[in-house]
This record gives sequence, structure tokens and C-alpha cells, in this order.
Amino acid sequence: MLHYFLRRLGGAIPTLFIIITASFFMIRTAPGGPFDRERVVPPDILANLMKAYHLDEPLWKQYLRYLGGLFQGDFGPSFKYKDFSVAELIAQGFPTSLTLGTIAIAVALSIGLTLGVWAALRQNTAVDYTATGVSMLGIAVPNFVVAPTLTLVFGLMLGWLPVGGWGSPANYVLPVVALCLPQIAAIARLTRASMIEVLGSNFVRTARAKGMPERVTITRHAIRAALLPVVSYLGPAIAQIITGSVVIEQIFSIPGIGRYFVQSSLNRDYTMVMGVTVFYGALVIFCNLVADMLYGVLDPKVRYD
Amino acid sequence: MKEALRKLLLPAVAAAGLMAGAFTAQAETVLHRGNGAEPETLDPAKATGVPEANAQYELYEGLTTYSPSGDIVPGVAEKWEVSDDGLTYTFHLRDSKWSNGDPVTAKDFVFSWRRLVDPKTASDYSYMLDDLVNASDLRQGKQTDLTKLGAEAVDDHTLKVTLAHPAPYFLGLLRHNSVLPVNEKAVTAHPDDWTKPGNLVGNGAYTLTEWTPQASLTMTKNPNYYNADKVKIDKVIYYPTEDLGEEFKRFRAGELDVTYDTPSDQMKYVMKNMKDQFQNTPYLGTYYYVINLTKEPLGKQHDLREALALAVDRDALVSKITQAGEMPAYAWVPPGLHGYELQSTDFKNMDQKARKAKAIALLAKNGYTPVNPLKVEILYNTSENHKKIAVAIQSMWKAIGVKATITNQEWKVYLGTRHDKQFQVARAAWIGDYEDPTTFLTLFLSDAGDQNDAGYNNPEYDKLVKGSATETDPAKRMKMLEQAEQIFLKDLPIIPIYHYTTKHMVSPKLQGWEFNVLDFHLTRDLSFKS
Repeated sequence: MLHYFLRRLGGAIPTLFIIITASFFMIRTAPGGPFDRERVVPPDILANLMKAYHLDEPLWKQYLRYLGGLFQGDFGPSFKYKDFSVAELIAQGFPTSLTLGTIAIAVALSIGLTLGVWAALRQNTAVDYTATGVSMLGIAVPNFVVAPTLTLVFGLMLGWLPVGGWGSPANYVLPVVALCLPQIAAIARLTRASMIEVLGSNFVRTARAKGMPERVTITRHAIRAALLPVVSYLGPAIAQIITGSVVIEQIFSIPGIGRYFVQSSLNRDYTMVMGVTVFYGALVIFCNLVADMLYGVLDPKVRYD
Repeated sequence: MKEALRKLLLPAVAAAGLMAGAFTAQAETVLHRGNGAEPETLDPAKATGVPEANAQYELYEGLTTYSPSGDIVPGVAEKWEVSDDGLTYTFHLRDSKWSNGDPVTAKDFVFSWRRLVDPKTASDYSYMLDDLVNASDLRQGKQTDLTKLGAEAVDDHTLKVTLAHPAPYFLGLLRHNSVLPVNEKAVTAHPDDWTKPGNLVGNGAYTLTEWTPQASLTMTKNPNYYNADKVKIDKVIYYPTEDLGEEFKRFRAGELDVTYDTPSDQMKYVMKNMKDQFQNTPYLGTYYYVINLTKEPLGKQHDLREALALAVDRDALVSKITQAGEMPAYAWVPPGLHGYELQSTDFKNMDQKARKAKAIALLAKNGYTPVNPLKVEILYNTSENHKKIAVAIQSMWKAIGVKATITNQEWKVYLGTRHDKQFQVARAAWIGDYEDPTTFLTLFLSDAGDQNDAGYNNPEYDKLVKGSATETDPAKRMKMLEQAEQIFLKDLPIIPIYHYTTKHMVSPKLQGWEFNVLDFHLTRDLSFKS
């Protein structure tokens, strides 16, 4: 298993390298640059700016400079937020996104799994239809509708929770709800589908035939097998949710890193784009690896030799 | 369902209540301000936008500063003399201190200004000091000896500034945030990190205590500020509020005392229910459509430009689309500038029906009819409001038989297209930097480079605008600039649409909020009603 883990980790390095190279050159092909503003920067001042950020060098040289910095953990300065380096901004924002995302995914998992299993056991009953219907709603209604509705109802009309801001535990409630709703929906649907399939499979029939109590059949055998698709869904889903959401962060004024993904490319903040892309890439690779390892724990057919 | 929810949320609500209680228990007054976006920097030399300026005016104070109503008043300079030729300014600095207790001296200004023009600083606004002797050569690297800059510390309390040419707007320009003083000790001790809490040393009414990017910027009263006993509010917290709808909700929920803006889709509600809290006053800005004069047929044919300008029903646009009391624009320089008379296009006094008839006649005269329509492409940057306006103007032009297509581009792409003059008609807007018509008029000088995206070139206009710089009689100077704008409006390289208004929601508990055309409201001048 350790051998497998190390081999996969080794395979991640060329993947990351390709991500870095592709995104470095792709962002440079976008029209416009970091210093384009409505107020045109005079040519001599633009030259000073380009020089200060080494943008006057040939592209290949900039690329090598960037790679060199990366090896020393230096993501470069942000062109937009001039008082901070990219590493500083990620280091300041990531804990917030991580905490928020972890809570949301935990809530989503517990509710989603329960709903999914329940719906599968009561297939084609009112319970099933309600759970499936609610899930569809969770997937269909986007975040930018859910979040403002939540703040309107709970922040403004009822006045129970703060509309925005960050710092107190009460600030977590609405963003967590908004973040986990679509996840609950996805997890519940996946669980229901695979649970129904597992319940009809041979090993469940065998277990039932030999007189195993239904509760044990479900919890010990069926759920374990039914979780496999959920686990492979969770790998990338967790990576996504713990790196924050631009919509949720802007609406609730949360200091996470989600908004940097969108803002930095709109701003042509080259170093920031690279920073978050590399960071996200590494995280996705890592989460997928963990999901694959979990497979071995859950599925006796999978062995890592 | 409602009861169940209430039970579910009760613990969270109780926790929030406790926190709120803990806050009010301290007797300090805190002002919560929406600031639009996260400040890009707190370094005056590197800032470019309004959110940065708002924060910097709390942290630093220049030689001159703003009164609540926007007048130029003494700041660090207690008084000053101007030589008869208008070239030498001698500033006498008051006894004042930095937040670390060191005295603020004339040397600090010399250091800050040399730093601003130094190409190594790479400041966007380094040209703000171009009126000073050698400033322009220094920032362009034609001169490398920074001591040659026209600013000299005669002694700790006397700063002598030498201008290359008379600049009647100079005292107002000294309030711009790019020329605010920075602390040499702090900047040299932490070259990359001096703007962080703990490192930042300022001379303003407030000092930086906490900064969580994308969440909040907290500043507390600076006990070393020379006017500290007049500063009423103990703490001010700026929030980046990019989502206008949510900012408005936070204001209504009492989480913010002042908003940066007010969403136009809430205007009806505001006017009906919260009119007394809505600060809706003229702002030094113009929203306009710029015409690319290097492209035909609009470039050479004045009649066509006039027809397009005539057909825009400005009253309808401001009353139905923008809805925040904006003023229909018939001028380039907005109203509200002291000593400058508001100019207007010839057709200002015609009614819209007559304008439309004239527009159709002008088009017909040049052979354009609904059968053989004039084709125009409108470019705008992606935004709901710009789109609404573009669609409305498209239909107004359709009514005179012009076939307009609209194209939207993402912000940076749009900027490139505009500055490279690859458009026919583009939406644009300009907000003045300082209270003088030149902050608008210099944009369309023939040598203004990419900024003059109309490609406007009228030697007579250039002569008047440039000539005004050396005119020492303020009244005569304003007359010259008014004349220049008249020529400009006759030539119609732009179609003025509306003049901006400020759209702040301000808590009724707050006092000291006064109208000023540059829209700076420093916390040191505000207080809460007891």
C-alpha cells in the first residue's frame, strides 16, 4: 500500500508540471494585462511597472524565473494586491475556506447519506419521492439564488443571523447552509442510486437468505459497497469545496481564497492565477489519491499490490 | 416549520447575541463602512482607486486636506506663501507627529515625493507631481539625481516647492492620495511589508490595527494626531462590499453605518422608504459614449455624430434605467466646480421631439434613411447596467433609422479595444481626480496618447487648454477652459449621457456627513449622535 502511495505521489509531479506550464502560457495569451486601466498608464510609467515585475523580459525567461521561485516556495508578488505576496494571500485565506468547507462537507455527508439510504430503502414511496425531489431542487437552484434568499430571510426579515461579515460562529451558519445544499443533493442522489443497485445484488441476497438480520445486512454489507461511487465523487468535491466559492465568499464577505480564482484571471494578476491554479491542482491530486486509498478500505476486491 | 427552524437556530442566535453584547459593553464608538472593494494597497504611491484613497485618507494627512464640505484647508501645512510668479510655494508645517511619536518634518515630504517619482517605485500616479521642477524627467529616467526634484526642506518646519510652470490647482492637487507623506523609517525598515499592521506608521487621524484581506480593515484613533481631541469616533472598520445587494442588506440589518454604493434595482424601495438615509448628491464624474474619430463615416461627418447625440433621450435613461437622481449630461465637465460655468451642447434647450426630428433630417441630408441605414457598433464592458443603457440607446437610434449593434467584452479586453481604437462607439466614464476642469479637459489633448481614445485633435482646443496652465489670473484661466470645452462640445467627439451622483446609504445616527463633489468623507469629521 505504501509502495502504491509513493508511486502515485511520484506520478503527481509531472502532472503538476504540465498544469504549471499550460496555465503559465495560457494566461499570457489572454488579451490585456495587469496594468490596463480606464485611466491609461503613460508609456514611461508602464515601462517602470513592467520592469519592476520582470514583465519586460522574454516569456521563456519569465517562465524559468517563475519555476525557479516555485522550487523555493516563492509564488511571487500579487500584481493586484500590491502589499501581499501570492503565498501570503493563500496562506491567509485558505484556513478560512478549509474550515468552512470541512464543516459544509461534514454536514452534507451526514444529511446526504441518511437521505440517500432512507430513500433507497423506501424506494417508490412518498419518502423516496420527497427526498429525490428535494435533491433535484438542491442541484437545480444555484448558489447565487440560495445565498441572497438566506440572507434576506434570516438576516434581514427575521434578524436571527448576521447578513455578512466574518469572525463570530454565527457568521458560519448561512454560508454553510448555502454551501452544503447542492452537496447534500448530489450525495443523496448518488447514495440512493448505488444503494438500490447494491440491494439487488447477489451478496445482499445471500446475506438475507442465510438469515442475517436486515439491520446488519444494510449497515455492514450494503452501505459499505454503496459508498464507493460517493467516495470517488468526494475526492474532487472536497478539493473544490475547501478551496472556497467565489459566489458564497462575495455574498457573505468571507475572507477565503475562492474569489481569487475568478478575480485574479479577470484582473490578469498573472502570479495570483498561477498560485491558485498550482495550489488547486496539487489539492485535487492529493484528494483523488486519498479517495483511491479509501477504495481499498471499503472494497475487498481492490488491492494495491 | 417556522417554529422548528426557530428552535434549530436558537443556540446560534444566542451566541450572536452574546457577541453583540460584548461589543456594546465597551464604551468605544465604532464606525462600520462599506468600501466597495478590497484596497489594493495602503501605500499612497501605489494606489489607483477610490477604495484605496478612502483608507489612505484615514491613515495619512497631506500638506493640505479636505474640509467636510470639500474645501481646501490646511493639513500638515499650517500656512503657506506663493511667490508672485506662482512658481514657488513655501509651506510652514505645524508641530505634528507620526503615529510612532516622531515629529513630521519637511524632510518626510521630500522623501515621500522623491520616492513617488523614482522609477524604481513604479508608481501609477507618479505624474501627479509633474508640475514640480524636474519631476517629469525623473520619473522618465531622463534625470536620475532625485535631489534635483523641486522640493526642498529648508528646515524641519519649512518646505519649499518649486514648480516648472504656474499651476493654479496645485493646492488642491496636494490633497491627492498619491502625494501623501510616508514614514521613511518604516519604509526602509520593512521595504515589502511596511503597510502591514504593526509596521505601518502614518500621520493621519487613524492608525492601522488589523487587516484581513477580503474581510475587514480596522483602524483605531491615532493618539498622536495633532487634532486627536477633535476626533470623535474611536474605531473605523472598512469592509470590502463587492456585492451591492448584500451591502444594502447589511446596511438595513444595521451591520453597516455607511455604504459605498446603492444598487439601482433597489432605488424604488429606497426612495419610498429610506429617502432620509440616502445621500444622493452630485459627484465629479461623467458617463458618456466616446466616438472613434479615426474611423469613418463618424470620424469625418460631424452631422452623423450630432444626429447620434441628439437621438439619446437622457431624461428617459436617468429616470427609467439608472434611477439614482443622475443628471442628464450635455457637457463633458460635470457641474459643481468652483469658478467654472457649466457648459452645454447647442441642443440642450430643444425638447426631445425636436431633437429627434433634427437628427432624422441630418441623417437624410447625408443620404442615410431607414432603407439605407447608418450602421454603428456600440462597445461596452460586461455589466448589467451598461447593457441596459446600451440596449436603450440602440432602440433610441433605431427610432431615427440607425442600425446599431451592441458588443460586450470583458473588462480588460474592452480596455484594450478602446485604447487601441478598434471600436466605433464605446461606453466610457470618467471621475475627476481633483477639483479642476483640467482633470477632464486634458484627456482629449491631441498628445494625450491612448487616453484620448476618440483620437480627437483640434489645435485650437489644445492651445486653450495648454495655454491655461500659464495663465495666472484664475478668472481668465477658467474662461479659457470654458472656451475650450465649448469647442469640444461643438466637435462632438463624445456623447455625454449623464453626470454621476453619489449613492451612499448613511445611518441617521451619524452626523457630520456633508456633500462634496469629490465624495471624500473622512471619519475624523464624523460622529455619532449621542
